[in-house]
Amino acid sequence: MAVQSMVLADVPFPPSVEDFYLPSILPWGEHDNYWFTKITALVWLTTALIIIFFLVSYRKPQLVPTKKQWIAESVYGFVRNNVAVEMIGPAGVRFAPYLTTLFTFILLNNFWGIVPFVQISPNSHIAFPAMLAAVSYVMFIWVGIRHHGFVKYMKVSLIPPAPWFILPLLIPIEFFSTFLVRPFSLAVRLFANMFAGHMLLLVFTLGGFAMLNANAWFLPFSLVSWAMTIALTFLEFLVICLQAYVFTVLTASYVQGALADEH
Amino acid sequence: MLDIAAVTGSTAAIGYGLAAIGPGIGVGLVFSAYIQSTARQPESSRLTLPYVWIGFAVVEALALLGIAFGFIWAG
Repeated sequence: MAVQSMVLADVPFPPSVEDFYLPSILPWGEHDNYWFTKITALVWLTTALIIIFFLVSYRKPQLVPTKKQWIAESVYGFVRNNVAVEMIGPAGVRFAPYLTTLFTFILLNNFWGIVPFVQISPNSHIAFPAMLAAVSYVMFIWVGIRHHGFVKYMKVSLIPPAPWFILPLLIPIEFFSTFLVRPFSLAVRLFANMFAGHMLLLVFTLGGFAMLNANAWFLPFSLVSWAMTIALTFLEFLVICLQAYVFTVLTASYVQGALADEH
Repeated sequence: MLDIAAVTGSTAAIGYGLAAIGPGIGVGLVFSAYIQSTARQPESSRLTLPYVWIGFAVVEALALLGIAFGFIWAG
């Protein structure tokens, strides 16, 4: 037991924000160099996997689909029918490719958070969700302006049908919620879920070690803590799928709001 | 003044605990309404599901703002 506790002696507890800044890969092990880390590698890997998977599975499309083609088609069909068309209406088919890309990219990026031995999601750094939210933000405004023209779009999105005396109150609120809160909440929702999920797993994993370090008799509690880690990994799986879906549905609903004629 | 008992730590944790009450109630209301409407009218379940997720996401945003500001103002 003495040897074991010497090995475990320097487990950092509690986990902090610092745990998200992994050492660099390309200049191996450097600490203040973030040009090529595990996060960067995972994002590239995700992109490559998605591109290769969809290219390969749709290279020779057949009437009776093969297994790969079936998977690709059901992912695309799910987003097209259950998100794009259901939220936006028949015009939503135009946006299905973007929404599918968004959905698969977020899903796979999130999924690294629970893959054993990888166990960190690139989306737990706010830069990636922020960029995705910016793309969606620019897109729904662009779509709205293209559909209505700038002045009419501003009128449709900012002036709700209400008595004139309440408008001075409503217009700032509408502006705040549509143009300021939307991109921010899209980005922060995805980021905070992935961040909190990683933090939760760290607390229970490292907590087990910390208790074992404090006293060898705490071993049963450590085991409970590690069992909790496994249970929470399943919870994380739920959150991962949910957040990818929510991000896609919200983007679709913003596009729908930009295309809608009246409130 | 003599300290009889003292607690150390971050008040941000307490603040976030308080901030999570509201969204907790809100998320509960969203899903309770969905379950109730589905129990009353099972064929409407697919129709209302997207709105459930939107409502859930909007309510949950408050709790997530709490996390973000908790870290910003943790001090």
